[in-house]
Amino acid sequence: MSLILKLASRNLFQDRLRFVGTVIGIVFSIVLVTIQLGLFLSFERMVTTMIEHAPADLWVVALGTKCFEDPSLLDEHDRDQALKVKGVTQAVPVVIGFSPWTVPSGGTTPVFIVGSDAGDAGLHPWNFVDGNLAALSAAHAVAIDRTYFERLGITKLGDSTEIRGQKVQVAAVTDGIRSFTTTPYVFTTLDRAQAYLGTTADKVSYLLVHVAPGADIDSVRAGLVATLSKVEVLTPDEFSRRSRSFWLFGTGAGAALFAGALLGAVVGTVIVAQTLYSSTKDHLNEFATLRAIGSSNGYIHKVIIYQALLSAVIGFSLAASIGLIIVMLTAKTALPIVMTPELTLGLFALTVLMCVASSISAIVQVMRIDPARVFKT
Amino acid sequence: MTEPVIEAIDVVKFLGKGASRVEALKGASLSLAGGQLALLMGPSGSGKTTLLSVLGCMLTATSGTVRVGGRATSGARPGDLAKLRRDHIGFVFQSYHLFPTLSALDNVRLALDVCGERSERAIVRAKEVLATVGLAHKQHAFPRELSGGEQQRVAIARAIVGDATAILADEPTGALDSENGHTVMTILAQIAKNPARAVLVVTHDPRIIPFADRIIHIEDGRIISEERNPADRIQSIRPAKLASTRG
Repeated sequence: MSLILKLASRNLFQDRLRFVGTVIGIVFSIVLVTIQLGLFLSFERMVTTMIEHAPADLWVVALGTKCFEDPSLLDEHDRDQALKVKGVTQAVPVVIGFSPWTVPSGGTTPVFIVGSDAGDAGLHPWNFVDGNLAALSAAHAVAIDRTYFERLGITKLGDSTEIRGQKVQVAAVTDGIRSFTTTPYVFTTLDRAQAYLGTTADKVSYLLVHVAPGADIDSVRAGLVATLSKVEVLTPDEFSRRSRSFWLFGTGAGAALFAGALLGAVVGTVIVAQTLYSSTKDHLNEFATLRAIGSSNGYIHKVIIYQALLSAVIGFSLAASIGLIIVMLTAKTALPIVMTPELTLGLFALTVLMCVASSISAIVQVMRIDPARVFKT
Repeated sequence: MTEPVIEAIDVVKFLGKGASRVEALKGASLSLAGGQLALLMGPSGSGKTTLLSVLGCMLTATSGTVRVGGRATSGARPGDLAKLRRDHIGFVFQSYHLFPTLSALDNVRLALDVCGERSERAIVRAKEVLATVGLAHKQHAFPRELSGGEQQRVAIARAIVGDATAILADEPTGALDSENGHTVMTILAQIAKNPARAVLVVTHDPRIIPFADRIIHIEDGRIISEERNPADRIQSIRPAKLASTRG
């Protein structure tokens, strides 16, 4: 082990209570940042989950639509117009919207209806654990996610209740189709969705456009724009970006998560800075001796920065382990925290940056030491 | 005539600012050649430590000339002064200033480490020097496990391991009993036998006079007298006996 590292580690571990305090500070800070950014990632994914699962080459949306959950509607005859555009093979209508679900044990809870015909290449549920897509063709059939059983007062496949006073029967159950709004998704056919939402049959929310193999998407898009009025034609990526932008930044939800993460990083930096400063103060005579025997500034900086890096590695290892446990514990909840390799690497970089930045006050303190103090003490 | 290892010519040093500004050195001159052990003696506040700090490149002179290894220090930047310290000067302090979390061997090796010498050779060299001061068997001991005398011997080893030409010692026996003080001075005197090395000891301790080749007296910031071969004056009294007559 290099002597600088040995000196740094022993300075750090000499006062164990203070070291434990430092590690707790780092762990608290990084776990907080992990939760905030993990929620952000989860939110970001959930916001676009429907768009990503829709097998569309292009989306026809009402002009000014801000996100997938936007209640704006299109005229159903737009579909006929779209089908006339060269290169369009299908224009599948989808209806979405909020509606009250009657909980069998009493009361209602809002649900988010997604209606698309089973026979079309539309927006259908996935990850079936009970029942299947074909089952949605039956009368009153809906599919729900098992995560929301308790909320919806459902215990098993085949249970019945009502939406907006109309009968529904659980014909299929999925796993992991969760909404970032925590409002349960309810999948059904197009006409049933229109009925549950109280929408007239000539109105739809979106048209999922399928383009012929080999057709140029940009040309088809230009054709749709020229043919249809008061609509926008978006690629799935564009619609995803628009939805993310609306929910994460338009509503302030993303800013709040980032603010929480920033707060965590600031708290961590202050705690580590305070500890390093205090540790350096306790070792001033040693740093003065180092200066007296001619060590360069770089050598002394390294001792302090190594202390910061050791704190970072130990603190991050613990924080990452706790983060992993939190990720596992929330995996099956309505709001799971997501941890990706990129986020993990980013958090490690943040921890290192935070700890090294924290060492600045200690370095400034040491640089002010008069080496001649070794003669006075 | 050989070039002095370290010298100060007409050095003036002001300390403090404003109303508390004092002239600690008022034209002090001193020159040390290799192979000498000199004592710098004087009352408290006479400027001993300030002169030692200026000679040791920890403070720069307000005016006058200081040369270390033939190189003038005036106008040198802090980084250059640090390099002069690590290349030419070894320090021994009254309170040792060892690193409590490092072993004796690592404390000695540290002086080489700051010079960038980190090879296996540095460890071998540190062990050799520890053996020279009689502590080969304590290389793994931490300072808290060593007596005051042993700690000072480790500090001496640290001062000489990098082949410094000037060893500046501030009250090296000040915290030691007679026996350990004698041992430490014997080692410093041995070091001063090297014709390339000079040892300057700031002291109040008359017990160590027999070890000196010169005694330089400082008072009120000026060198007021110098005595050569003081041991001749008291040659009938052996150093060990002097030690034992301490009150």
